[in-house]
Amino acid sequence: MTAYLVRRLLHALVVVVGVTIITFLLEHLLPGTLARGILGPHSSTAQVAEFNRQNGLDHPLVVQYLIYVDHLVHGNLGRSFRLNESVDTVLAQDVPKDLVLVGPAFALSVLLAIPIGVLQATRRSKATDHVLTVLLFGFYATPSFAVGVLLLELFADKLNWLPAEAPQSTTVGGVLADPAGLVLPILTLTLLGIPLFSRYMRSSAIDTLAQDFVRTARAKGLPQRLVLLRHVLRNALLSVTTLVGMTLPGIFTAGLVVEYLFNYPGTGLAYYDAATGHDYALELGITLVVAVAVVAGNLMADLAYVGLDPRIRLAEPK
Amino acid sequence: MKSATGDAGEFLAELPDFGTIEVTTPVASLRGLSVRAFLANRLAIAGLTIVVGVVAFCFIGPLVYHTNQITTNLTQVTLPPSLHHLLGTDDEGYDVLGRLMVGGQNSLEIGFAVGLLAPLFGTIYGVVAGYTGGALDSLLMRLIDVVLAVPTLFFIIFIGSVFRPTLVVLILVISCLSWLSPARLVRAETLSLRRREFVQAATVMGGNTTHSIRRHLVPNTFGTIMVNASFQVADAILVVATLSFLGLGLPPPAATWGGMVAQGVTYAADGYWWMLWPPLVILVLVIVAFNLVGDALRDVLDPRLVSR
Repeated sequence: MTAYLVRRLLHALVVVVGVTIITFLLEHLLPGTLARGILGPHSSTAQVAEFNRQNGLDHPLVVQYLIYVDHLVHGNLGRSFRLNESVDTVLAQDVPKDLVLVGPAFALSVLLAIPIGVLQATRRSKATDHVLTVLLFGFYATPSFAVGVLLLELFADKLNWLPAEAPQSTTVGGVLADPAGLVLPILTLTLLGIPLFSRYMRSSAIDTLAQDFVRTARAKGLPQRLVLLRHVLRNALLSVTTLVGMTLPGIFTAGLVVEYLFNYPGTGLAYYDAATGHDYALELGITLVVAVAVVAGNLMADLAYVGLDPRIRLAEPK
Repeated sequence: MKSATGDAGEFLAELPDFGTIEVTTPVASLRGLSVRAFLANRLAIAGLTIVVGVVAFCFIGPLVYHTNQITTNLTQVTLPPSLHHLLGTDDEGYDVLGRLMVGGQNSLEIGFAVGLLAPLFGTIYGVVAGYTGGALDSLLMRLIDVVLAVPTLFFIIFIGSVFRPTLVVLILVISCLSWLSPARLVRAETLSLRRREFVQAATVMGGNTTHSIRRHLVPNTFGTIMVNASFQVADAILVVATLSFLGLGLPPPAATWGGMVAQGVTYAADGYWWMLWPPLVILVLVIVAFNLVGDALRDVLDPRLVSR
């Protein structure tokens, strides 16, 4: 187990370093520069050169990268020129707000997806299954922004029940003080998540239902309800852990669109602004945080899986 | 086909349905069986019909229904559907029905191109990694882990903010980020295939690496690739839609369904339903159709999932 842990941690570290290299290279090799982004398109060559010199952008790429890594190791993610704030500050402000948005949405969609998937599995290839499949596919197929706008249109515009804009406060406390504003973004994310998860739940439950222990349980006369509760559901929870790891990138993607749509000041929106404004430091910082989250999510999912599933523990070589 | 539940007695009939195991006699080739199983899947047929119908609509439609999709006509904006404009006009005076056709051409071209390029590159990458193994395999797979750690949309937004999006740029960018999952799938299959007897037999009989890869590995991963390709088409069309909403899609006068939806939703409050619902419905239909086809292909090609 320890060897496995060490190997997985090393693996995670390699991936994170790889992400910094790739993002760094992409940002510096592709056209469009920070100087032009800050000084404007009509700035003179001399001004650009001076800006680059002041900010160490005239060093060779390798040197720039090493400087970046050195800062990183010391917990300094750099400075956002457009916001005139340190990236650490921006992230410390935005990441908790993401959690407020994404956490409940994720939990809700998993909680709703489990019964839907299990229901589909028990009614496999029957009308219920087909109807749900088509319905969920429909949701999956609708562009995320369209789901959001249609909800906005219905609940904020027509019915006037909920505000159209997400809370604009810079602090988590301020965001939480305006729960009504959070409802629509969270609802949108939840609706987007359900088809993603229920599909896995369905196939996981189908697999479980075909297992010998389910047959045995039924042969012993265990009622369907208990078969589902004790065997199918328990195994479904196991696949939830894998899902957490697998779907994290998708959640960040949906989060970005929803934040853009509801103008919610989280990392997704910050990333969009940073990317379109060539704000290297912030862009790199957010990419890094997201990548670390994804890698850590995968790692935790793997570890939880090993911890939860005795079959895997036994199969693990010493 | 004979049900294998057999004569085990009354009490089995009382039990909930476990499903039955179908015992088939191998009369037809595997391919023949697959085609038959695919055709027996009604959802798959529905999906295929929609795809064919929509392709015909987009590529043959403009030959019959002539509209100007290049220049705006500001005297004819947001007209409701009429005999002259069957689905009305949008905020720039383009005929919506005609725009659905040309927008569909772009969406489908991007979808099909990505659905071709991404699995193609992924297959080559996956076969190389899986077949060579060792250090190269580890390196290639870590590279995939790295790219997968950053959500695709983050990369695409970044690249989209640098390059002016054209059809070719969008196809290349989305393909560059979509080959990862097929590469992983194909590698995994290659790893298991190359240890199978028939591949080893070919090697023993003097077949070289190229022969094994061409005649045994690639044909056997073809099923996986086909399934993946059909999902890729759908996903690419959706990604373009999201990009359009973020202002990074094809610039006018070019159109895509996603772009039309993005434009339509901004008028959702104004009652111009004909700008939103036609592109949204056709987009959803096509994505669902490709997914149905992909699911059916997977069911057909994965013997474990053949209806039990």
